[in-house]
Amino acid sequence: MGQRYRRFIIPVLIVIAAAVWLVLPTNPGIHIGPINRDVQIVRGLDLQGGLRVLLEADLPDTVNITSDQMNTARNIVENRVNGLGVSEPVVQVAGNRRILVELPGVSDPQEAINTIKETGLLEFVALDNQQEALTLVGQTIKTDFGQSNSTQVQPTPGPGTPQATTPPSTATTAPTATATASPDLTGTPEPTTAATAAAGSAASPTPTGPNKVFHTVMTGTALSGAQAGRNPTTGEYLVQFQLTNEGSKIFGDYTSSHVGGYLAIVLDNKVISAPRINSAIVGGSGEITGSFTQQEANNLAVQLRYGSLPIPLKVAEINSVGPTLGQDSLRKSAIAGVVGLLVVIAFMALYYRLPGLVADLALLSYAAITFSLFKLIPVTLTLPGIAGFVLSIGVAVDANILIFERMKEELRAGKSLVHAIDLGFSRAWPSIRDSNLSTLITCAILFWFGNTFGASIVKGFALTLAIGVLVSLFTAITATRVFLHTVLDNLEMAKHPRWFGV
Amino acid sequence: MLDIVGKRYWFFAISLVVIVPGLIALAIWGFPLAIDFTGGSLLEVQFPSGQTPQPAEVVALYQDLGIGDPIAQTSGDTNILVRSKQIDQNDEAAIVKEMNTRFNTQVTVLSFESVGPSIGALVAERAAGAVGLATLGILGFITYAFRGVKHAIRYGVAAIIAMLHDVAVVIGVEAILGHFLGWQVDALFLTALLTVIGFSVHDSIVVFDRIRENANVHRRLQYETLVNHSIVQTLDRSINTQLTVALTLLALLLLGGVTTRHFVTILLVGVFSGTYSSIFNASPILVVWENREWNTWFRRRAAAASG
Repeated sequence: MGQRYRRFIIPVLIVIAAAVWLVLPTNPGIHIGPINRDVQIVRGLDLQGGLRVLLEADLPDTVNITSDQMNTARNIVENRVNGLGVSEPVVQVAGNRRILVELPGVSDPQEAINTIKETGLLEFVALDNQQEALTLVGQTIKTDFGQSNSTQVQPTPGPGTPQATTPPSTATTAPTATATASPDLTGTPEPTTAATAAAGSAASPTPTGPNKVFHTVMTGTALSGAQAGRNPTTGEYLVQFQLTNEGSKIFGDYTSSHVGGYLAIVLDNKVISAPRINSAIVGGSGEITGSFTQQEANNLAVQLRYGSLPIPLKVAEINSVGPTLGQDSLRKSAIAGVVGLLVVIAFMALYYRLPGLVADLALLSYAAITFSLFKLIPVTLTLPGIAGFVLSIGVAVDANILIFERMKEELRAGKSLVHAIDLGFSRAWPSIRDSNLSTLITCAILFWFGNTFGASIVKGFALTLAIGVLVSLFTAITATRVFLHTVLDNLEMAKHPRWFGV
Repeated sequence: MLDIVGKRYWFFAISLVVIVPGLIALAIWGFPLAIDFTGGSLLEVQFPSGQTPQPAEVVALYQDLGIGDPIAQTSGDTNILVRSKQIDQNDEAAIVKEMNTRFNTQVTVLSFESVGPSIGALVAERAAGAVGLATLGILGFITYAFRGVKHAIRYGVAAIIAMLHDVAVVIGVEAILGHFLGWQVDALFLTALLTVIGFSVHDSIVVFDRIRENANVHRRLQYETLVNHSIVQTLDRSINTQLTVALTLLALLLLGGVTTRHFVTILLVGVFSGTYSSIFNASPILVVWENREWNTWFRRRAAAASG
């Protein structure tokens, strides 16, 4: 009877051995020919700490957003995120109006989110006098760039057009360069001196005050590049920028006629700095200084480099977990998981004797295979995911319990041992099949639920539970059966019902 | 042999005794919805030992900064949890800064969560849709799986009723515990609830499978006896499976830390209820249906009243 199963023992052992090898923390990864990957557990933000942000298009529901726009926005967000220097960030479009950003290890939500979500509209704005330059830094101002822009940061699209911040050029002067700084704005190559005029010619006649509308000289589209750097003498952090041809012309013209005057560098309507024009800047490049930290200079350069978003984004959801809490949760759940596994192993061995021990082997294989799949796929392991895994340990033995209870019944009914074992498996099968199928249906619905609105927690749980159910079918049925027959073939004394708890 | 089906009305009564107080609690205290559904912010900070301020002081700090609806509570000796209107990352930084100055300390931000109201409404909507869809899917699946026996749809309906029983138990317990322990219904609770639904149906199907099998073998047996036999035959399995699941959940509850405590407790209650309902509700309902006992309910009540 057991003969049929003997040929399965080798493949089953190979699967288990492979799983154990993958689970080992020292696993070197798979590097065979073209396949080259590390095998590692991907920990969710709740386990390692980090920041999760759900960005949403800040447009009325009636405005249709194309997937093209979402993808462009996603790429820009991703570029900005990469500029933050976070390892293994996730940036993905969720649904048709949202972008999900996950930044492992980031503990300062303020800085990260501000960098990501800035619309990135940079303007060089004419100031009338030094007084303005001194008082306006850090303030929000209104500019004459774009009619709709007069209401500040609100990324106001026309009722129909999702165009918000891209400068389609209602601009008075021209669309050009972008930068931000405080004390000095200097042309790097050649400082041609020119006119002195301070009062911007096009500046609105309104006196200084909260309602004054300032004149935009040029915008960020005139920039061709930006990098963070340091002043070699003072060691001060600064941002260097290069202008497009058109940009250098506009900037050159303006600075030539306004030497001695002041310019405000405005990002998303906020004055970042208001440097004095020391000299005409005609070389097509310049630098922005201010009392930047290295990080600030870097973030600014990133924003300048990758330009503005095709659609305005607002933060719909923030979820930030400090590293302390993450580590603590991981350690505790790991301990709980091991204890849970040990308790179940003890219970099965005590209650079902020999088959219980065999089921314990199957259970350990189950744990190894499931975990190796988590590593291979890879499944992001979250806290509820671990809970789902621990729960699935309990459910995994259910199939074994169903089979063994059935075996005992058949033994009590006087069937021979080998016959009872086969009947146990075949009669328990329909209930195992149907009950697990219903769980898989629930998993599928949960997964869909989690996927559609970006709830990665629910999604992770559904995925781990589904993997658990599928693996448990293999270990509880195939592996247990093969093990049981192998043991019976080799142990005479096993052929006594007492070993089966009857 | 144990007569479970014969005492079915006792077991139905026990279910009601558990469910009714929970539903009353729900009606009185309502469901404390977490910011996942209502929108808002949740900030959890840790103070150095011995420097934890009173929750009222934190509330005052929020009000001074002009942030609406703050509710602060302590969690453990050093942690403070503050819920409020939705705030952004800049407000959060300002709060932390103010806490450090005002309480002359150095706080650690354990977690910060902020959810817009539009997202919350969407989650609630989708959740209801997910539960409805799961119910339909399970009903259809069971009816298909039991197509070989008479009145296959009854099995589906009985499983769904047992499932609703478990949902009612879980919601009632959540309402009561939520009131006393300050738990709120969040996305994790929803996950737990959906798991309980899956588990409940899983359990009911195992018993139904036995009825399906026995119905084909013992064609002469009265339906009531047949169902009782099937329940008793699967009783060992039901108890043992319940035991293993409960043991693993207990390990998580006792050792798994605060973050999952709410989630695991709800699972534990739901899984227990799932086993109970599969034994004492789902299958007996089949008998009630077979005998069309509702025809006698009012007469029985009348008899009881006069006797």
